[in-house]
Amino acid sequence: MKIKLSLIPLSSPPLLGLLTSSFVSFPHHTTSTPFFWADPRRLHSEGRRARLLLEGAREAIAGAVGARTEEVDLFGSPTLALHAAVRGVARGRRRAGRDVVVSAVERGAVLEAATFAAAQPWGAPGRRVDVPVDRLGRVDLDAWAAAVTAPGAAPAARQPANGEVGSTQPTAAAHELARRAGVPLLVDAGASLGHLPVGDAWDVLAADPGDWGAPGGLGGLVTRAGVRRAPDWPEDEDRWSPGGVFVPAALAAAVALQDALRTRAEADARRRELVRLIRDRVAAQTPDVEVVGDAEDRLPHVVTFSCLYVDGEALVGELDRLGFAVGSGSACASSALEPSHVLAAMGVLTHGNVRLALPRDVRADEVERFCDVLPDAVARVREMLGVQGL
Amino acid sequence: MSEPVTVDARGLRCPLPVIRLARVARDLPDGATVTVLATDPAARHDVPAWARMRGHTILAVEDADDGVTAISVRLGAAPTP
Repeated sequence: MKIKLSLIPLSSPPLLGLLTSSFVSFPHHTTSTPFFWADPRRLHSEGRRARLLLEGAREAIAGAVGARTEEVDLFGSPTLALHAAVRGVARGRRRAGRDVVVSAVERGAVLEAATFAAAQPWGAPGRRVDVPVDRLGRVDLDAWAAAVTAPGAAPAARQPANGEVGSTQPTAAAHELARRAGVPLLVDAGASLGHLPVGDAWDVLAADPGDWGAPGGLGGLVTRAGVRRAPDWPEDEDRWSPGGVFVPAALAAAVALQDALRTRAEADARRRELVRLIRDRVAAQTPDVEVVGDAEDRLPHVVTFSCLYVDGEALVGELDRLGFAVGSGSACASSALEPSHVLAAMGVLTHGNVRLALPRDVRADEVERFCDVLPDAVARVREMLGVQGL
Repeated sequence: MSEPVTVDARGLRCPLPVIRLARVARDLPDGATVTVLATDPAARHDVPAWARMRGHTILAVEDADDGVTAISVRLGAAPTP
């Protein structure tokens, strides 16, 4: 049987063993339902124990980002966490301003939530202010300064690093500018936490456990004490995250995060080297390719490039046939009609796009094989479109 | 000065508008102007990226009400003033 190499994380088999052992190591209850599946809001002993496990998971996440446990809220997905962050802080700050400042390369969930929050009828309508990026995907700091100091700016959002193209941002400078203007900064560390140090240049921090190797179904938000927020959704026992979360998902995320942080230095060095290798070989061996994002200041595991005159869907299919699962930001490779807003904001080619996010356990020989087969795969897709000599 | 050329790529999806434009551009001299009409949202990003990669100059990007984007390109680099 041929095992397909995933160059985007699909699941983490070694992690499953780790999680199973962590579950099993807790004393089992005699009922048919393991206690950690009990509703943590109930007062029976199973519920109270589930509550303790949930608190432990929050504590682990808090510890990883230098925060206090009570500052951590968990959600059913990273999208819900980002929505709650933007909506809650925008409403909390409604008397100070109604505009929501975002970098143009934020995740879709942040951009959509910003549009939504600015349009809410809590006073004069605000607007979403997009701050442009350069060709490498880095936010224009002058434009950022102008946007956060403009009257009416309520919250602002930017990532420490972009998960699509890998480029990192000057986060400390951006936070200082926002801080001086009194504007709370939401930092979407979804693509960074577990891969890069996230530092303390944030007021609200969003986390994506799926990205550090945990199973899906969870999102995290850390809100510094003193950041004013107000829900724009119905009251619930879990005020910031109505309905709460699935306790095993929270536990799995905490275990996976600790594992990711423990092995980060080694995984970082290894994957950085492989990313450099892919970037160099793709640029040297495939004609008319744009290798995207900053060459050095970047996430350790993400590689993105776009091939001129190539149908992204056809190339993803061709690589799939050769045993490689890769992502793409091309409109022609997804159900979306619009291409990746990140590639568009950077002004780089959006078609023929390939995106890799190397899993921690990626093998060097498989990466070499990917580089070996890519030039011919691109050539075959181009041949189908008859674009030789253009 | 040659006549402006128009490439109709309406209704074509990425990367076909850029390919159709490149085919026409191949047979034209430097300094010629080509306008491509496209409905695919990727064209407004990809035609300028193609022009940059090939050393051409974007003259104008215009959106019409009917969802058609007209992008004008001068082949070859911008003449030095």
